[in-house]
Amino acid sequence: SVSHSQITRLYSRFTSLDKGENGTLSREDFQRIPELAINPLGDRIINAFFPEGEDQVNFRGFMRTLAHFRPIEDNEKSRDQNGPEPLNSRSNKLHFAFRLYDLDKDDKISRDELLQVLRMMVGVNISDEQLGSIADRTIQEADQDGDSAISFAEFVKVLEKVDVEQKMSIRFLH
Amino acid sequence: LDYQHVQVPFEITLWIMLASLAKIGFHLYNKLPSVVPESCLLIFVGLIMGGIIYGLNDRSPPVMDSDIFFLYLLPPIVLDAGYFMPSRPFFENIGTILLYAVVGTIWNVFGIGFSLYGICQVRVFQLQDVSLLHNLLFGSLIAAVDPVAVLAVFEEIHVNEKLHILVFGESLLNDAVTVVLYKLFRSFCEMPTIKSTDVFAGVGKFFVVGLGGVLVGLSFGFTAAFTTRFTKDIRVIEPLFVFLYSYLSYLTAEMFHLSGIVAIIACAMGMKRYVEANISLKSHTTVKYFMKMWSSVSDTLIFIFLGVSTIGENHEWNWPYICFTVIFCLVWRALGVLVLTFFVNRFHVNTITSKDQFIIAYGGLRGAICFSLVFLLPEFHRKKLFIAATTVVILFTVFVQGMTIRPLVDLLAVKRKRESAPTVGEQIHIRFLDHLLAGIEDISGHWGQYYWKDKLEYFNSKYLQKILLREYDQPKSSIVLLYEKLERKHAIELAEAGQLGHGPAHPSLLGPGFLCSSNDRTLRTDQKLEDIQNPDVLDNMQEILARNLYRIRRTGPAYNRHTLPGESEPSEHAKEILILRHKGL
Repeated sequence: SVSHSQITRLYSRFTSLDKGENGTLSREDFQRIPELAINPLGDRIINAFFPEGEDQVNFRGFMRTLAHFRPIEDNEKSRDQNGPEPLNSRSNKLHFAFRLYDLDKDDKISRDELLQVLRMMVGVNISDEQLGSIADRTIQEADQDGDSAISFAEFVKVLEKVDVEQKMSIRFLH
Repeated sequence: LDYQHVQVPFEITLWIMLASLAKIGFHLYNKLPSVVPESCLLIFVGLIMGGIIYGLNDRSPPVMDSDIFFLYLLPPIVLDAGYFMPSRPFFENIGTILLYAVVGTIWNVFGIGFSLYGICQVRVFQLQDVSLLHNLLFGSLIAAVDPVAVLAVFEEIHVNEKLHILVFGESLLNDAVTVVLYKLFRSFCEMPTIKSTDVFAGVGKFFVVGLGGVLVGLSFGFTAAFTTRFTKDIRVIEPLFVFLYSYLSYLTAEMFHLSGIVAIIACAMGMKRYVEANISLKSHTTVKYFMKMWSSVSDTLIFIFLGVSTIGENHEWNWPYICFTVIFCLVWRALGVLVLTFFVNRFHVNTITSKDQFIIAYGGLRGAICFSLVFLLPEFHRKKLFIAATTVVILFTVFVQGMTIRPLVDLLAVKRKRESAPTVGEQIHIRFLDHLLAGIEDISGHWGQYYWKDKLEYFNSKYLQKILLREYDQPKSSIVLLYEKLERKHAIELAEAGQLGHGPAHPSLLGPGFLCSSNDRTLRTDQKLEDIQNPDVLDNMQEILARNLYRIRRTGPAYNRHTLPGESEPSEHAKEILILRHKGL
């Protein structure tokens, strides 16, 4: 679990973001971070912090979301399988990313959800048709049950060769 | 013909003209700068010029005067570097940078000094008269990595931002150490006996030099910011103040035997945000352009003069000494980097990979600072040997290391590549994850940074802003300024055209339009299916993606010698992202 010094550090970060000083963060507090404004996925990342339908997140929720990005320690890899899976396991990390794609929460990334994300990540020089064919190709590569959408299992399979543990870990939360 | 009357300014202008024309010449051949770094070409031109002058006059060509170098040629370059230094990565890595600059330089100085002394003991080389102190003095001037040379070469290779800032920051800050050690050993050479109190005085002096430089720089910087508060009615001379105050800080620091380079950097970094808020937009552009222009000219002139000064009768060629100097420079630098990185990696989880270490070690180029320092040495019978050795080391590092670093970096990078090319889906998802991680890192902040940064921000908003800024509203970050600019542009577009005409239509995929075309969609996908299987189309897709996916903000150096910030690609992307998000809101 997270160490004491990390909690203190994250708490000081939380309070420095909390301009209203009421112990919770709103979406505006996040949007004030300048680098986030030019992140193509900025809005979605901010939304991921807020539980369903709420507009404020407290420190516990803040920590919980960030806990997904803790690096996986070596001694945790061989932990007993009986306990609940830690938030920063590979599967949970991927699930977090999957939820950012899947806005309507039907456990599938449909073509349109994919197109939305693609359009956010790509410049203005790509036409809609090109983007459409790229999205089709992506789905076709991943789709194994023929439903023209990417389920979570298919998503995991696409990324099996990628070092997700390293790509989704903040390096100082150690 | 009244040549005597105009001789000095005429010759200076001719030299600058030669430098600039040479630069144009290199860029006419597109292939050349990618193979041979510009600095090498400039030295080469200098060598030719020196050869011509030597042939014509039959005596040594004018050696680059140390005063000219330190007083006129070096400050613009350092000012440019300090002003455009990306402060966030710099302060994030300040611990590592200081470690490399201070401890690394000391390690190198003593390592090189002692090993060369060992070489001098070997009878057969006929070098016994070079004492330990002389060797240490030589070590102190040859050990320092030179910012001019490093900048010139690192532009050719595209390393990540963190690495760039590490090597570059180190090369700037080791000036303090070099100055202290050089002056220390020089005064030791002249003193009959050396007591241990002198050594301690030397150590204390180092802190004085460094911190004193920072203080001088900051005080001039804040004075400059204060002055610009009142320039509202005389916009035309605003840029002048920036340059005057920075140059004054450099000269004042040098006057007090403090580190001028550290002073000018502190001045530039300190005054930047206040001055930019106070002066007009046009003055701002003027300042940036002039800085780039002056530093470019200085840079070119330095390398040409280096080439010119090499020709001549200033050298004593004792090949064993020279060869061992080169070898020891490389060896000690590599060892120093290895050992220091080992310690750094223990304390930071943000490890410096071995590829990075190689670049840091190999990128430790020596340049004109060493050259000028060696000419400043007091006259003694072995001075020419040192001059020769310095020249060889500089030429070696600039030519050999400068030219081979790019292929070596590529070679190392190739070895880590995956065996199979990523699929289209992988490409997209990987980039998605990268953006996600960058966003999360920005939200969670970095290692303990925010404690000091917040304290500084608090101090700033309570006191400094009120004094130094003309209008002290909440200072707008550059992103907000950009956003406002886009808003204005957007409003103008709307007014002119009556509709948004920017880029392809925004996909409102969950709107009513989509539902109507869902039937067409299935038809379309069937037709397109053959297209997708086509390997040519596939390659095309990957290429399109590779070219068009937005880069995460960390890749690519933020400091570039030849272009202004804000003209390069990442900032265009930032604007596009903001526009798209604005449309989506």
